[in-house]
Amino acid sequence: MNLRNISMFAIMAVLLLLVGFLQSWSVAMGLLNMCLISAIMALGVNIQWGYAGLFSVGTMGFVAVGGLAVVLTSMPPVHEAWAAGGLGILAGLALGVLTIVGAVQVWKRMKPGLARTLTLIAVIVVGFVLYRAVLDPAVDAVEGTNTAAAGYLGGAGLPVLLSWAVGALLAAGVAWVIGKVSLGLRSDYLAIATLGIAETIIAVMKNEDWLSRGVRNVNGLPRPVPYEVDLQNSVAFQGWADWFGLSTVEASSLFVKLCYAVLFIIVLAAIMWLSERAWRAPWGRMMRAIRDNETAARAMGKNVTARHLQVFILGSAICGLAGAMLTTLDGLMTPGAYQPLRFTFLIWVMVIVGGSGNNWGAVLGGFLIWFLWVEVEPIGTWLITVGTSAMPADSALRAHLLDSAAYMRLMTMGLILLVVLRFAPRGLIPEK
Amino acid sequence: MDILNALVLLGNFVLIPALSYGSQLALGALGITLIYGILRFSHFAHGDIMAFGTMVVVLVTWLLQGWGVSLGPLPTALLALPAGIVATALALLFIDRSVYRFYRRVKAQPIVIVMASLGVMFVLNGLVRFIIGPNDQNFADGARFLFTVRDFREATGLDEGLGLRVSQVITIITTLVVVSGLFWFLNRTRAGKSMRAYSDNEDLALLSGINPERVVTITWLIVAVLVTVAGTLYGLDKSFKPFTYFQLLLPMFAAAILGGMGNPVGAVVGAYIIALSEVGVTYAFRKFLQYLLPESWAPDGLVQLLSTDYKFAVSFVLLVVVLLIRPTGLFKGQTL
Repeated sequence: MNLRNISMFAIMAVLLLLVGFLQSWSVAMGLLNMCLISAIMALGVNIQWGYAGLFSVGTMGFVAVGGLAVVLTSMPPVHEAWAAGGLGILAGLALGVLTIVGAVQVWKRMKPGLARTLTLIAVIVVGFVLYRAVLDPAVDAVEGTNTAAAGYLGGAGLPVLLSWAVGALLAAGVAWVIGKVSLGLRSDYLAIATLGIAETIIAVMKNEDWLSRGVRNVNGLPRPVPYEVDLQNSVAFQGWADWFGLSTVEASSLFVKLCYAVLFIIVLAAIMWLSERAWRAPWGRMMRAIRDNETAARAMGKNVTARHLQVFILGSAICGLAGAMLTTLDGLMTPGAYQPLRFTFLIWVMVIVGGSGNNWGAVLGGFLIWFLWVEVEPIGTWLITVGTSAMPADSALRAHLLDSAAYMRLMTMGLILLVVLRFAPRGLIPEK
Repeated sequence: MDILNALVLLGNFVLIPALSYGSQLALGALGITLIYGILRFSHFAHGDIMAFGTMVVVLVTWLLQGWGVSLGPLPTALLALPAGIVATALALLFIDRSVYRFYRRVKAQPIVIVMASLGVMFVLNGLVRFIIGPNDQNFADGARFLFTVRDFREATGLDEGLGLRVSQVITIITTLVVVSGLFWFLNRTRAGKSMRAYSDNEDLALLSGINPERVVTITWLIVAVLVTVAGTLYGLDKSFKPFTYFQLLLPMFAAAILGGMGNPVGAVVGAYIIALSEVGVTYAFRKFLQYLLPESWAPDGLVQLLSTDYKFAVSFVLLVVVLLIRPTGLFKGQTL
């Protein structure tokens, strides 16, 4: 960390403080929390792209898996749904997995030829029919139980903080499967394949109501921090709020956000420390060697495919962790809210702008880009209001422009990315 | 057993929709494959430039409709198409000159240009929403059906009917014209041959006096035609919504990769395969089987392999399977 980098982080802090003074401290704290989560996601992508040069655009999928993990871990189990069809669903899924394993084994063990093709098709068709025959009635039974409030299996009823680890593990598991299949592909094919994976994961979460309630969302997720209402009713807290000269409502909201911020900072610091250790370790040097010249690294006896798989899993696990944190912060899981522009490509902008291959850069990028993503909209509205103030108040063009101000943020992000790529391709904090 | 009714049913709900959707995808995938063959990068802004071109067509169509111009039974959008193509061509050339050309000069890695196309994607995405908004826009007019399901039933006396929408006929005819025009251009004209030569071997093409900037310009012009036509046809067939066009990126890329990146024939074939499997896998085959099987065998369920929301998964799974078995795609890649 030299003076230049420190001053960039200082500017970032001043920007957040300015929001606190000009807008409100609640907005500033909310921004800070999202900046922290964005920074973790950016670290995950940086490990894949900056360390190993993997062009994976499936970030959204892993973030969503992390969100699902929160539901699966922390929501109380729905006993009547389990009774109605829990075992059936488990059996159906097991059959599905068996089918895939069987098909892979047939493909690997039998000699290529007509016999193998026919056996393969037979295994897949029979497996699929059995899978649907077992799964469908169980799913209908589960989804039929009390559709207004439940209609899904619920979770394990464990503490919500545990779900962050589960989110990382679940994302790692999904990444293992995907990596096994698609990491042998050429770089731009991998990009399309991961883009497809992400869409598929979202489609599963939107459709499989027994798992995630689909588009009916899961709300009321447990929180790792106190509830505002409880704080407002506590006499001790009222005393604290008075001491700071704040209203109890405002103080409670700030306090909750502060608790989240502390949790997030701990996670970010831990991941940052581990990433920096990995970067300096022989493992990091090997990764850079693979990134910069795959053929040479292979010639030195490095198992490039295995290392790619490893780094893909690590990066995805971090994205899953961040996804679980995000869902915990929101307190609800909405599968429909996952959009590739916001959850994949925006994270990429963070990494490129911040400086790929540099963890501090990724963190700064996460902070700065999220800040702009949120703040460009009010700035754009203000600019348009000022710019069109000469027009008559009932002008249709003016109304249209004001309505469209929200889309300024997409253009701004694109322009920032293009300008950085052109004039500072190594990012704000370049790789050392 | 009632084979005729079963076939008509399948035609109405699977084959014709897949044929027109496949044609729209084919035009998009051809653009992707051309850009890959000549400029050697995956053009991530493809869905959004498609939305841009279609947006211009929609706006001009509204203008024409406002003036009272119409083509009778045909949609007015066909009249607006040239304007859309010109606007898209200008936009693409401007983007190329201001963004991509720099990276060609410094011989940047393809992946850097892909990043730049992500930036372009964001800008276009925002621009289109800024101008026309994120909502569904309907701009189809003229006659809706060439003949409806009812007409068909009355004419043939079958239980099942086959409807043919004007937009589907236009899609299929336009695609035939555009694709054959493209193949004629690539194989028979000097400019087309120089494009193929450039794609095949850049250095050799340079040595034989082919001007790379000219080849690049021609490529963008062709891409402008392809995306605007594809986008307009898709919009006429369904409706125009910027986000849907962004989502088309995946099936279009899947089609191009399935056929072998850089291979135009492959892109067209890949597009039809993707379209047919997307429609086929999400179609409920119960009625179809009822016609074919004896009554006692008739299935109880819908016999739908996957629910319609999984259509993205279909293109993705097909893509991965083909790449695992045949990494170059169905047709060998890198030959324009």
